[in-house]
Amino acid sequence: MNKSLLLAAITLAVGFGLGQYLAKDNAPVIKANKPDKSFAGGYEAKQDDTLKSNADVVLPGSGDTITVNPGQKIQDAVIAAKPGDTIMVMPGKYEETIYIDKDSIRLIGVIQEGQRAELNGRGELNDAILYSGNNITVENFLITKYKGNGIMGQAGNNFEIRGNVIVDTGVYGIFPQLGKNGIVSHNIISGIEDAAIYVGMSDNIHVAHNEVFDSVAGIEIENSRHSIVENNYVHNNTGGILAFITPGLPIKTTYDVIIRNNFVVGNNHKNFGAPGSTVAGIPPGTGILVMAADEVVIENNIITDNKTAGIMITDHYNAPNTTIDEGSDPYPDQVAILDNLMLRNGYDTIDEVKALMLTELKTGNPDIVRAGKSNDSCIYNRHRYITVGINDFKDCEFNNTKDVVTYLLDEPVPPREITAENKGKIAYLGICTGCHSYTGRIVGPPVQLIQALYMENPQGLADYIANPVKKRDDYPEMPPQNYLDEETRLAVAEYMLSRTN
Amino acid sequence: MISSLILAAGITLSAECPRGFELVGGSRCELRTVYQFYDSLQNRGVGGTQTSLPAHVDGYSPQQIDLGRYLFFDPILSANQVQSCASCHQPDKGFSDGHGRSVGFDGELLPRSAPTLWNSAFLDRFFWDGRAKTLEEQAKGPLYAAAEMNNTPEALLQRLNANDNYRRLFSEAFPGSKEIVESNVLTVLAAFQASLISLNSRYDRYAHGDHSALNEEEIAGMNVFRSFVARCSECHTPPLFTNNQIAVIGTPEPEGMELDIGAEKTFGTSVLKGGFKVPTLRNIEFTGPYMHSGVFPTLREATEFYNKGRGHAVPNGVEMQIHWHIWEPDLKEEELDLIVSFMKTLSDETFKPETPKQVPSGLAVLADVQESSPALDAKSKSEMQAKHSKSDQSIPKTAMRR
Repeated sequence: MNKSLLLAAITLAVGFGLGQYLAKDNAPVIKANKPDKSFAGGYEAKQDDTLKSNADVVLPGSGDTITVNPGQKIQDAVIAAKPGDTIMVMPGKYEETIYIDKDSIRLIGVIQEGQRAELNGRGELNDAILYSGNNITVENFLITKYKGNGIMGQAGNNFEIRGNVIVDTGVYGIFPQLGKNGIVSHNIISGIEDAAIYVGMSDNIHVAHNEVFDSVAGIEIENSRHSIVENNYVHNNTGGILAFITPGLPIKTTYDVIIRNNFVVGNNHKNFGAPGSTVAGIPPGTGILVMAADEVVIENNIITDNKTAGIMITDHYNAPNTTIDEGSDPYPDQVAILDNLMLRNGYDTIDEVKALMLTELKTGNPDIVRAGKSNDSCIYNRHRYITVGINDFKDCEFNNTKDVVTYLLDEPVPPREITAENKGKIAYLGICTGCHSYTGRIVGPPVQLIQALYMENPQGLADYIANPVKKRDDYPEMPPQNYLDEETRLAVAEYMLSRTN
Repeated sequence: MISSLILAAGITLSAECPRGFELVGGSRCELRTVYQFYDSLQNRGVGGTQTSLPAHVDGYSPQQIDLGRYLFFDPILSANQVQSCASCHQPDKGFSDGHGRSVGFDGELLPRSAPTLWNSAFLDRFFWDGRAKTLEEQAKGPLYAAAEMNNTPEALLQRLNANDNYRRLFSEAFPGSKEIVESNVLTVLAAFQASLISLNSRYDRYAHGDHSALNEEEIAGMNVFRSFVARCSECHTPPLFTNNQIAVIGTPEPEGMELDIGAEKTFGTSVLKGGFKVPTLRNIEFTGPYMHSGVFPTLREATEFYNKGRGHAVPNGVEMQIHWHIWEPDLKEEELDLIVSFMKTLSDETFKPETPKQVPSGLAVLADVQESSPALDAKSKSEMQAKHSKSDQSIPKTAMRR
């Protein structure tokens, strides 16, 4: 043991000055600023089938404005609002959970002389804002003391979450999940026991100009594609910026993620993550962490004072608290580390990293650490950093990402396009047939009987199903079908009247 | 018996698709649901209220589906000619059986609970441990398991081919085929199960936009359910209320039963020890007792499990990598009640198929199994054994020979 260590030290002493500038098998490779070429990006709107629909989007802000004053409930305004409406919440304290299960609502806190609309969970309420609708905006609130999340989306495309201050609130500050085309910007978030900003299972996301600190994770991009994280100030978290594939989720990939122009500074906070959570395994002092995610480009960040490492790259096998999923590729492939300003990282690193360094006979404080397998990854100007585990990284064939301004879409993701006729047929077969058969009685009267009453009057039938009244003593009252829009109600009436079996 | 065979000879197959399906091109039944108005991220069928469903199997013919229905209820599939698929998947019990653990052909308790069959058209993993990938592959499990229907492919096909009714019906469902082959048996069973669609609950009306479909308490329950404190919807994700993944949650086994390692065996990795498929919560109020071995008699107890702390029921000395969403949410008692209220809004049996009065074999459709007690104590177990052995003896020799 002593002997081999000593031997290692001697080899190091001799080889160190040279080894710094030597790739594994090559002559010195100091070739700054060549080539001058951008990462091409991984997204083509033209190839995206979900954008081919011509159906209309109700634009947020196109409707009425509803004002909420302290003492009133914001939720009442949400219930009253119709798609397109804007809800302005005046400064004051509001203690409620707000849920938005409709499209195109803007929920905006009014700031008056620095006073904000404050959502306060008193340490008892679960989440501040839940939404599942498309085209939702949440802006300028102060959110504090909730047990769960500050702002949580469960599906919902075209979201805008900006200008919020989220302090000491539960598990995630901002957590859009299962949405496409969303922006999270200009929020200030702190004291979160998992990720301050957590983008989960989403596409085409832009996270920019946020300040996140004093949390276990600053910004996490998980099982998501075509995302940019830029211009954020990420400090004093346990881990700064994460790009993950978490196994065991129904959407199993992360790729095409650009992390650029962020300040990633002093993320040395004690890990206070919940036991068993993925982030609970992050060593304090991790600047940027890539786990299993592919095509992650890290460019032009200022990464300083992170005591374990500036950038860490790992596969699933080397990550704690991680399960195995045959559908998830465990390796981080095609990671690209471009120029980053790295200073004073890795000065108090963990034993595992020290052991890795020993295998490469390296000393010093590591900027960049890779554990486990990674295929087709690259680094630019590798000679600038103290690295471990990246000998097989190639030299990058691009050195910037300027061709990719944003992955946000020019037009909002439209709803699925279905002709009125098909809507009528689908609603008839999917809903009406549960209670109505053509001839016999199931629950409601037979279709033949309905045809006899309404054959010349589809609009009358469409009106009836929106607002049914009890007509027959021996039949139960029909539930209203007013959730189908007017066009669909007429189409379903016409379809029902056209049936011959 | 002879009269029932005569009646069975009159069985014909429906030329119409089950409710909720459209007949396309004269022979394909294709599913229609309002969820087809929506999209979902990456087409994975997980999301929020207005989210499309996962990919599904359909396109079977009306005749195949209807033949599957007869076969499903016909004890001819089991070695002892007593059990049918419906013995453990009873339409009136949410296509489960009311037992914590199902009962095998000899009256012995099986290790696991019978899962619901509602919405199985959307699944790509079957069995609690996820060991089958298709409904067809799944069907072979109980058919040939020694403790379950205890059949063999040879004996099964021999019996079916010896039955004139089945030969007639199979040639109707598969025009041009002369003999009954195993793949067609599996196809019709899959066809029938894939027709069991439940997507018209009160929750669905809410999801499509009728916010009066749920009352205040149920909406409050939904908000606890999807909150990041309770986190139910992180795995029981709408619209199916499952993400169809494997999760290790560490529920206890019933007393006296040794630990079931579940998906560890399927996937050959100890990090999945005690892992089971996340079940759908649709029609959940009808399918108790709950969990893979039915340890919780009520939905309230099943819900409370998640509030008792991460890994609290993992046996001493067992290493289990509990799912990251299992934590200590510290939900209030009222919140647990609210979650239960919400789960009951996921009930919808409007497309429940009709149980046939006669099946092609002429054997009795097991109505009596449907009436057995939900909690199977030693007494009812011995009764069950007696009943089964009695039924064994009463199998008419004519039917056996045919």
